[in-house]
Amino acid sequence: MLGAQSHASPGPGPQTVAVIRQRPSLDRAEVSSGDHGFFRPHRLKAVVVAWLLLLPALVALAAVSLYPILNGIWLSLTNTSLITNSSDFIGIKNYATLFKDSGFWNAWTHTILFTFASTAAETIIGVLMALLLFERFVGRSVLRAVMLVPWAMPTVVTSKMFGWLFDGQHGVINYLGVKSGLLSANVDWLGSAHTALGTIILADVWKTTPFMALLLLAGLQTISPNLIEAAKIDGATSWSIFWQVRLPLLWPTLLIAGLFRALDAFRIFDLVYVLTGGGPADSTETLSTLSYKTLFSTLQFGYGSAMTMATFITEGIIALGFCLFIMRQMRAAR
Amino acid sequence: MTQSRHMMRAFIVYGGALLVLIWSAGPFLWQFSTSFQLDKALTGPTPSFIPHPFTWMHYRNAFFERHLQYYLRNSLTVALTTTLLALVFGTLAAFTLSRLNIRGRFGLLMVILSVSMFPQIAIVGPLYLIAASFNLLDTYTGLIIVYLALGLPLVTWVLFGYFETLPRELDEAGRVDGVSTLGLLWRIILPISLPSLVTTGLLAFIAAWNEFLFALAFTSNYQHQTVPVGIANFTDIYYVPWGDISAASAVVTLPLIVLVLIFQRHIIQGLTMGGLKE
Repeated sequence: MLGAQSHASPGPGPQTVAVIRQRPSLDRAEVSSGDHGFFRPHRLKAVVVAWLLLLPALVALAAVSLYPILNGIWLSLTNTSLITNSSDFIGIKNYATLFKDSGFWNAWTHTILFTFASTAAETIIGVLMALLLFERFVGRSVLRAVMLVPWAMPTVVTSKMFGWLFDGQHGVINYLGVKSGLLSANVDWLGSAHTALGTIILADVWKTTPFMALLLLAGLQTISPNLIEAAKIDGATSWSIFWQVRLPLLWPTLLIAGLFRALDAFRIFDLVYVLTGGGPADSTETLSTLSYKTLFSTLQFGYGSAMTMATFITEGIIALGFCLFIMRQMRAAR
Repeated sequence: MTQSRHMMRAFIVYGGALLVLIWSAGPFLWQFSTSFQLDKALTGPTPSFIPHPFTWMHYRNAFFERHLQYYLRNSLTVALTTTLLALVFGTLAAFTLSRLNIRGRFGLLMVILSVSMFPQIAIVGPLYLIAASFNLLDTYTGLIIVYLALGLPLVTWVLFGYFETLPRELDEAGRVDGVSTLGLLWRIILPISLPSLVTTGLLAFIAAWNEFLFALAFTSNYQHQTVPVGIANFTDIYYVPWGDISAASAVVTLPLIVLVLIFQRHIIQGLTMGGLKE
């Protein structure tokens, strides 16, 4: 409806994708000849030059991403351990063990829960912040700049910061909570299995929501003001303008930002590793932290690799499901 | 009636703005204030935002007892080298994908993007073994190679998006003047892309500066550990040195904040639009 695609401004990727698709129709005939190689007379040479220029980046990506993944698949089928120095092929035995490993499923559940909760909270609060920033008010540009602060700081620093704010004895959150009467006594936020995961989710929401809001704001700003004006003239309230005009047009941006956010949240490592190390009583253990310990503390590279492959597959399924959903939504919108 | 509606709107907008401001800046300001307070004040019954008495003690500790200057040196070396290499490799790739005759450019871009979505935990184990066999553990080189590959997808995508906005008449003009392929990049495209390169470089720098997982796995002493690993290891046996941690955090975060505030407009643009013209 209303050509949602052309108005929408998804994250970094899809926008450019749209550009690629549009290009033939945008270019004038003479210009589009540039698409067929910079030097037409030496076609072969041009192709060779092009691949040579791509080579450094492709080699780096292949060496540091593709090869390790393949290597990881192999390792997951062996009993590689840096302690016993063994590395024999054992088939899918690691995966069979993994399937019955309650520690793994515990971490798996936490990771899914974390991904879902933080992405949902970040998207909803992000939309609210974006709507606010869309309004005109004094100091808006300053606020927009300040909102980049949480995004820019190292996650380890964020972790320590939340460790201090939510410290069980001297943390300011406890102080304010008790002082205002919201808490009857100090809470050991990160030391208790009931509150630790929630505190970590909060830290993640703090760090990533403002940035999400800025992405969504950019999406809001591409919506034609005429549409809003027209709706206002028709007597629509702000409330219905949001639900009937803005949200549908923002939807593609929202979905794609959500996808990137979810995939990123699924990889959570820094916050958990620094704040709780997976504890107390494994209540905050996630796939990345458990895998890391299996790899680098117990040095079981075979079993650890099976775990990371399971992580990889789970993330792949999430990505695939999300992409299918987005494609269906976009088709429906068309 | 409209008057009160107006008031109501102002109340909601400014109230909301204040909340967002406290949300975004509050925690960091609190930590910044912590870095100037004595341990005795920090563990006292009433926390105070104003440091009183004021002390530089934690900054001294961070540098003289906890090797912060080594971590800074290591991080700067690794992050700057990574940024430089990522810009060179990424520019070549983005230019090729945007301007030259490449079959399956769409597929290549998608592959590059999906690589950046891999969970890093899935590659850290194999990479550790590879790095060990090449004697790259506890070296800058090992970290730089990994960070380069981690940063390349973003750099390539953002620069590609920007190059796509440059008019193709430029290429035509270059061709008429008889410049070579590399000449087109070097003499025509790059000079007008400088602002975009700076922003993209900043993004790559921040990513490398903040990276934790690989630095943790690949380095084991303060001669090569980076800032995040260093700060994560700020612990004492009997208590958590919140003051020292806060001081170190301020030292490693303030420069980033300043850079981000200077380039904020470009950062948001670079990440959202890929430089797309509106």
